[in-house]
Amino acid sequence: MKRIPFDLSLLFVFVFCMFFSTVCSDLVISKLDRRIDLTTQSVRTTVSLKVENNGDAVSEILLPFPEHQARNLAFLSAKISEGKDKTKGSSGSLPIEVANPKGVPPSLTWYSVSLPKELSKGGSLTLEVKAVFTHVLRPFPEKISQADAQLVAFQDSAHYLSPYTVKVQSLTIKLPEPRVESYTKLENTKFSGTELKYGPYENLPPFSYTPIVVHYVSNKPFAVAQELVREIEISHWGNVQITENYNLVHAGAEITGEFSRLDYQSRPHVRGASAFRNLVAKLPPRAHSIYYRDEIGNISTSNVWSDSAKTLLEIEPRYPMFGGWRTSFTIGYGLPLKDFLFRSEGKRFLNISFGCPMSDVVIENLIVKVVLPEGSKEISVSVPFSVKQSQETKFSHLDMVGRPVIVLEKKNVVPEHNQYFQVYYKFSNLSLLREPLMLIFGFFLFFVACIVYMHADFTISKSSPSYLAKLQWDEVQTAIQQFQNIMNRCLVAHDKLEASLRELSRTGDVQACKAARKAADSLLKELAKELKPLLSFLQSSPQAVQIMTKVEELVSKERELQEKLMLKHSTVVDSYEKKSGGRDIENRVAAVQQKITQLRQEVDDLLEVIDEI
Amino acid sequence: MDKSPVDLLASPSLASLLKSLKLKTKQQELLIRVSILCLVYVLAFITRLFSVLRYESMIHEFDPYFNYRVTQYLTQKGFYEFWNWFDSESWYPLGRIIGGTLYPGLMVTAALIYWILRFLRFAVHIREVCVLTAPFFASNTTLVAYFFGKELWDSGAGLVAAALIAICPGYISRSVAGSYDNEGVAIFALLLTFYLFVKAVNTGSLAWALASAFGYFYMVSAWGGYVFIINLIPLYVLVLLITGRYSMRLYVAYNSMYVLGMLLAMQIRFVGFQHVQSGEHMAAMGVFFLMQVFYFLDWVKYLLNDPKKFHTFLRITVTTAVGLGVIALGVGTASGYISPWTGRFYSLLDPTYAKDHIPIIASVSEHQPTAWSSFMFDFHILLLLFPAGLYFCFKRLSDATIFIVMYGLTSMYFAGVMVRLILVATPAVCLISAIAVSATIKNLTQLVRAKSKPNPVGPGKGTSSTKASAKGSPDQSMPFQRNGAIALLLGAFYLLTRYAIHCTWVTSEAYSSPSIVLAARGAHGNRVIFDDYREAYFWLRQNTPQDAKIMSWWDYGYQITAMGNRTVIVDNNTWNNTHIATVGRAMSSYEDEAYEIMRSLDVDYVLVVFGGVTGYSSDDINKFLWMVRIGGGVFPVIKEPDYLVNGEYRVDKGAAPKMLNCLMYKLSYYRFGELTTEYGKPPGYDRARGVEIGNKDIKLEHLEEAFTTSNWIIRIYKVKPPNNRW
Repeated sequence: MKRIPFDLSLLFVFVFCMFFSTVCSDLVISKLDRRIDLTTQSVRTTVSLKVENNGDAVSEILLPFPEHQARNLAFLSAKISEGKDKTKGSSGSLPIEVANPKGVPPSLTWYSVSLPKELSKGGSLTLEVKAVFTHVLRPFPEKISQADAQLVAFQDSAHYLSPYTVKVQSLTIKLPEPRVESYTKLENTKFSGTELKYGPYENLPPFSYTPIVVHYVSNKPFAVAQELVREIEISHWGNVQITENYNLVHAGAEITGEFSRLDYQSRPHVRGASAFRNLVAKLPPRAHSIYYRDEIGNISTSNVWSDSAKTLLEIEPRYPMFGGWRTSFTIGYGLPLKDFLFRSEGKRFLNISFGCPMSDVVIENLIVKVVLPEGSKEISVSVPFSVKQSQETKFSHLDMVGRPVIVLEKKNVVPEHNQYFQVYYKFSNLSLLREPLMLIFGFFLFFVACIVYMHADFTISKSSPSYLAKLQWDEVQTAIQQFQNIMNRCLVAHDKLEASLRELSRTGDVQACKAARKAADSLLKELAKELKPLLSFLQSSPQAVQIMTKVEELVSKERELQEKLMLKHSTVVDSYEKKSGGRDIENRVAAVQQKITQLRQEVDDLLEVIDEI
Repeated sequence: MDKSPVDLLASPSLASLLKSLKLKTKQQELLIRVSILCLVYVLAFITRLFSVLRYESMIHEFDPYFNYRVTQYLTQKGFYEFWNWFDSESWYPLGRIIGGTLYPGLMVTAALIYWILRFLRFAVHIREVCVLTAPFFASNTTLVAYFFGKELWDSGAGLVAAALIAICPGYISRSVAGSYDNEGVAIFALLLTFYLFVKAVNTGSLAWALASAFGYFYMVSAWGGYVFIINLIPLYVLVLLITGRYSMRLYVAYNSMYVLGMLLAMQIRFVGFQHVQSGEHMAAMGVFFLMQVFYFLDWVKYLLNDPKKFHTFLRITVTTAVGLGVIALGVGTASGYISPWTGRFYSLLDPTYAKDHIPIIASVSEHQPTAWSSFMFDFHILLLLFPAGLYFCFKRLSDATIFIVMYGLTSMYFAGVMVRLILVATPAVCLISAIAVSATIKNLTQLVRAKSKPNPVGPGKGTSSTKASAKGSPDQSMPFQRNGAIALLLGAFYLLTRYAIHCTWVTSEAYSSPSIVLAARGAHGNRVIFDDYREAYFWLRQNTPQDAKIMSWWDYGYQITAMGNRTVIVDNNTWNNTHIATVGRAMSSYEDEAYEIMRSLDVDYVLVVFGGVTGYSSDDINKFLWMVRIGGGVFPVIKEPDYLVNGEYRVDKGAAPKMLNCLMYKLSYYRFGELTTEYGKPPGYDRARGVEIGNKDIKLEHLEEAFTTSNWIIRIYKVKPPNNRW
């Protein structure tokens, strides 16, 4: 087995720092308690320092980090905890800046915590510093087989690296499992359960550094998103659509040799201990329309639970993720707008969390894109930590000028960055109606174009025979329609006559019947007059030849029908005037009546035939 | 009547009439017709969305993945890049010239739709466009079917044809959402070409003939099935000539269609000079010359005015013309200028040809002869209505009905030869059945309506009345005519309802599966999804080197390149038989022999499909005999009898020793012997074949298991580098 490589540079740091020790000697750390949490892939250090000032008043406290840690420092915060009362203690985090004190070796990175008020001589306070490092755990060995457990090595110092004298200090390391391959044994080292304790050590000079290495079993998922693009799209119709594109890799020890499905499925926790199957995303409550897919389609292995406080989305990649394996996928969900969009001082602002909803995923490069509705103005962003900011445009449905997109970029993101950020912008509600109006206008134009097309004449040659024939045919058609109209009106007149006869038989009012007869006569005459020019036109037109026979037949039949009807009418009226009996009238009319019904039938049929043309 | 219904819908006359609410019969009829057509259009689209509802919006099957990949390339890189694309990701190490070996119609169509939508500011994804292309064209096909039906018979038949074809399973099988294949647009193009040609023959108009040529061009650009058009139309013309229906209209229609269509078709690189040089296209050219001879004879007949002289002349000319034609054909074939018929064409004319000569064609399941049941499955009542429609067509013979009869009969024959050609027969069957349905129902309704009129005219007296009323007049000799007609109408209605139910059921149950995602019913009636294909392809895409070469049987080539984004040795474009045979040989050799072949092909991973755990029967073991046959066809080292025991194909203990130790067997069953698949069965029980496997102790020397999907359907092996010699 290879020896665990060790950072020799650390030792140099240690030596260099001896020269610097005089600078900050006024401050003394009277009690220091350091806890390192190794249960996940990112290392979380919590240091509580009790600082006492023995010299001049100071307004800042320096925190040095060795280079290999500073490189991977993802998150750093400090706050003052006042006394032991922890409920009161959280008084907001203090501003932290990168500092460059003079005369220090370059292999240390310095951060300075500005205190809210100067620490006067003799004063003391308790500072709680929280730091999260990513990629400091190194898998060792770097390649394992499917059945092996994953071993990782962690390096740090047993003594807190500080420019100040530390009177009492202790270090606690919390491990994920009680299985440890090896650890550096110093005096006062205790290992029990999943905890490894160093200390207490007393009265250590500044820049004390005692390297330790812990080599332990960690089968926690080492899920690293090499890139995560979160797109937050605001629709003022009531939805915030979030789309997250993940590019995930298992950054632990790489798998080598065979992957046996048989072994994996029979004992997944032994023969696949280092792999992870699923990830859980904690989405805001009332998330809806959740989907989970990748470039080649939907992934069917996911589950959703929701309650009033959260929505849990459990996703399973297409295959178990062994060390070194990659996957990429997209999850998307909608959120109600009113939960995230607010108004203040005439502006709207979006208040939404920055990081990824999955705990235990380290993101190397996070890009958050906030897509504002088209027509948003005066955009400003407020993020609680430093990010790279730029702007671009996105074209979506029915966009003319594109939607403004705020792009925020941040490297090395851990769940601690899951804080709310705000995007302020101005947007007029009228712009909302623009897209529906555009659609309406588009359809309107389409129909207008259709109408214009139907009415416009696109004939190239106005004198071509086919065009002329078409014109003639149109005329014939209108003439036939008029003809049909007239015929129908004739039939209506006939019906009226019949009705008057029925009225007569009911009331016996001969005068009324005669008046009806007169009206019908004049109407029919008029119609006959109207019919004449039409008939002559149809006769003259060559296009109407096939129909002409039917038309003529219809005209003659109608005339016959008219005659018979008149005959019947006069007969009936006559007999009424002579006061003949009902049966007598019927007998007299019977023959005519039969003829009339037959004629009427034929006329109707003919009309139908002409109609079909 | 010559206005199209769509135009009339927009016309203001209809709008004003709608306002008055009192419509005339004619306008009522128009309104009903237009609304039925619109409903059919929508129905044709939505019935094909079952696949999206049941599964998801995804590309189906095998070939569509290639089309999708090419379309993506086209939309990303532009037309010229696409046209000149040399694809090095397939047929390693040969590569494939994509632009010159595909029918670009489908991809260009989808890309155009995509660009238009993008231009109209609809931010659609190209996948959505590709998934919905086939349903969209199916909807358009219903419109064409309507106009075709109208041209053949009347508008009633057109409507029925549109409704029948909208839901006909024979067509749906190839045009569900996601079935992004050439056939999706090709059937539309085919029917359009035929419709325009019939229209051209009916009118003798140059415009329709040219339109038909452009329809033909679209068809050529979309599908290799255009050969059917270029043989059916000459055959039809020949039949018209023989039956003495030669006319100027036919002359204009055929000549302009053929000449322009040929010139246009030659623009497609994949067709090129084949259109004038290959045997399949010679019939069209022959008929073209025959038409000229006919025209010439007509002219001579007109000049001579003497029947006796003309007959002598006729004999001489016809003999010379036919003789010249035969000699030209003979010389052309002999000199190699005219290429002989391709194997596919032969296998159409002679169903047994492929089995004996080209195993690669015979190995495809959709090239098998059609079983009766699948006719019933795809056509249902249309199968019965088809002869009835033929009867009606013969009763009212015209140029148009002759065409549809010929189309119906020839395509029915081809549908019998190959399963996939049911698709070509479907439009003809729908149209002919529509004629039957429409004519029958029309007659019956006239009978029913005639009696309802008061005081009907006597049968003898209606001499002057129209045909309709003559038909409608009841015959005293048949007293229950009206009731009979009502009963028959109800019967027809029942049949059509059954048809609709059958079609919907078939669509939702049988034809909507993407075949990438398999679904089954679990023990509790819940749906179980086997998404193993995509699991494996995505694994390849993510966890193998970018330039890894994957060896698999050719069926999966398109999917691996499209979904896995890796180079394959062979794929579904089976243009190089030797290459496929090499893969077949590797699969059927012993491991160390196969290793040599794989080394020579630079293979990094081997992918096999295995259904023994899930009982998925179309896996590689069941396809294995075809690999042996195709491999053995080129490399005589591989002999089919070595893999059989007494002519029987087995995988259990009684299997042939070569079978038990060949690469395919080893890769499929590696460590399978330790797995218990079914309760109460010994370990190593193969559920797809229902036997306990014969070789449970499989050791791999040159390969190692790289990945196996959760249901074992796909197994991927890594080819190890050669052993260190020191």
